[in-house]
Amino acid sequence: MSARDRILARLNRSAPQQPPALPDVGSWYATHRSSETPADKARRFRHFIELAHAEVHAVSRDNWADTLHQALKARGIDRLLVAEGTAHGDTALDELPPRGIECSVYDMAIEAWKSEMFNATPASLTAARAAIAETGTLIMWPDALEPRLMSLVPPVHIVLLDASNIYNTFFEAMTAEGWRDGLPTNALLISGPSKTADIQQTLAYGAHGPKELIVLLLGEEA
Amino acid sequence: MSEHTLHFKPADGFRARSKAVVDNPFLRQSFRGAMDFLMSKRAAQFPDPEELESLRSLGEAIRQYNLAKLPNLLERLEANLTRNGIKVHWAETPDEANAIILGIIQGHGATRMVKGKSMVSEEIELNHAAEAAGIEALESDMGEYIVQLANEKPSHIIMPAIHKTKEEIARLFHEKVPGVDYTDNVDALIQIGRNVLRRKFQEAEIGLSGVNFAVAETGTLCLVENEGNGRMCTTAPAIHIAITGIEKIVEKLEHVPPLLSLLTRSATGQNISTYFNMISSPRKPGEKDGPEEVHLVLLDNGRSQAYADEQLRKTLQCIRCGACMNHCPVYTRIGGHAYGTTYPGPIGKIVSPHMLGLDATAGLTTASSLCGACGEVCPVKIPIPDLLIRLRSEAFSAPHANPAMRGQGAGHSSLISAIWRGWALVYRSPVLYRAVSWLGSRFGWLMPSRQGAWTTVREPLRPAPKRLRDQLKERNKA
Repeated sequence: MSARDRILARLNRSAPQQPPALPDVGSWYATHRSSETPADKARRFRHFIELAHAEVHAVSRDNWADTLHQALKARGIDRLLVAEGTAHGDTALDELPPRGIECSVYDMAIEAWKSEMFNATPASLTAARAAIAETGTLIMWPDALEPRLMSLVPPVHIVLLDASNIYNTFFEAMTAEGWRDGLPTNALLISGPSKTADIQQTLAYGAHGPKELIVLLLGEEA
Repeated sequence: MSEHTLHFKPADGFRARSKAVVDNPFLRQSFRGAMDFLMSKRAAQFPDPEELESLRSLGEAIRQYNLAKLPNLLERLEANLTRNGIKVHWAETPDEANAIILGIIQGHGATRMVKGKSMVSEEIELNHAAEAAGIEALESDMGEYIVQLANEKPSHIIMPAIHKTKEEIARLFHEKVPGVDYTDNVDALIQIGRNVLRRKFQEAEIGLSGVNFAVAETGTLCLVENEGNGRMCTTAPAIHIAITGIEKIVEKLEHVPPLLSLLTRSATGQNISTYFNMISSPRKPGEKDGPEEVHLVLLDNGRSQAYADEQLRKTLQCIRCGACMNHCPVYTRIGGHAYGTTYPGPIGKIVSPHMLGLDATAGLTTASSLCGACGEVCPVKIPIPDLLIRLRSEAFSAPHANPAMRGQGAGHSSLISAIWRGWALVYRSPVLYRAVSWLGSRFGWLMPSRQGAWTTVREPLRPAPKRLRDQLKERNKA
């Protein structure tokens, strides 16, 4: 008998005949979380992600590239990693190089350029799939066009979020989008720049991932 | 990395280690300050007692539902992970788990492993096994990195370096990290760790992680973290190996949000962690990063023993938030190292006996005032005080056939049992009671003045020269 069979046999010997009723997660959320207007959700999202040290800019479809450009200039950054083939990546590729920002693209497997990614990529731009108001959280589903390390390795991570894609809760997001029917290689929740309090409970940002997280909130124009 | 191998030794010197901490005002202040900080952060996350109670009840119901279906869910998890391209391995013991992990590493001719925070990897002492096999195993969580550099063990399951001051860490970095000047600026210290570890993330062939929740219906491994090192370990190296106890499983994806909320709010008082990382497959064709191979090691190590008993099974509801230790008056005074077990504090006292046997851990079950704080704050309502009482009775009752636990009766003493039986007899019989209390009042002066632990800080116990019944008799006469 294998370790697997022995473990399962031991558990099967003692497993209850009748499992308890399936917990009703949906009704807990229905009674404990009210649904909000889109404007309220955007406000709450912004409040919580700013508490977690992210910077949020309200932008429109026409001007977000300007805000992006200003944010990079303000930090003295002249190089941005973008996802070619996505609408926002292509916009950045069109608009930024003429203004002095060099745009690099993630066009080959990481093995071919790991050192450049880690050592010579100061900032990246990705989109968020959606967001969660109650915790100030971005939802990302990295894919072949916008791979996983884009939101992790560059010290400054800029995210474009459509304000109409904000859910009240994580539970609402996963049930409304039917996540149980199929998850991608990696699904991510991001709620601020990387941080740690491991030294004497003192909060420090930029532990291993981005030191700064900048959210361009589309549609909720200031 | 270390000069000598450091093992956990629960049976050996628990009292001496506790005393050493209690006698050290700096360490006591460190722990007191840290626990007060964590308790107030948690309290601020649960302003509404009704919401807290109903969410705890939901968390308890979810954990109990999933434990009741555990064997079935493990098989479903295995099937779905396998379908997704993740390889599943099973280990009954720490040695088997180490052999599986080293086998994967050596099979690829790899020598460098970066590790995200994983208490199960501490439980199996993977770092020692890797070192012995000539494989570098580098901790990348800042707290874990610090304790590894100091050749120590974590003293808290969430905040591994909670026992160290920033000055100690500053000296440690100055001495152990080449080219680093002394600085006790926390931001600067974190940047030093970041720079060292970023190089390692690029170079390592293997990334190891724990698992916070494994979702059976989708075949997904979930990781909770703030630093990003967990994402690094599970994304940058070519091979990702995850290890988890067999109990960390939920059937449905919708079970995750309530447990995640309970976990981060109870652990560090955050409404959510910076990252919640859900991994369902290795790199697919066309994808440009992520590991080419993902493995999951499922570890038993005594968990199926706890599972076999309806009451002890509740131990497995744990989601490893650490709130019980943050609120424990004993942990706050003696810190995590005194316990000598991978998991310290109240949860450590109830889970370690299943991993190590009661013979090695009987003393831990009595290191509690049964104040009940751990049970009150547990986000999944594990009745920790009741379980401590149960474990005491398992440890100190006479050994019998078919015990529920390994090491049952290990703390049993025939002399103490005989004394208690005598005591019970005296209290059942009025004649005997009268005779013994009369003897006590006459010969109380014969009691020794040193009465073991009692007299280290108290006056010796002596029966009163006049019994209550004699005093009452006199008063009634008067």
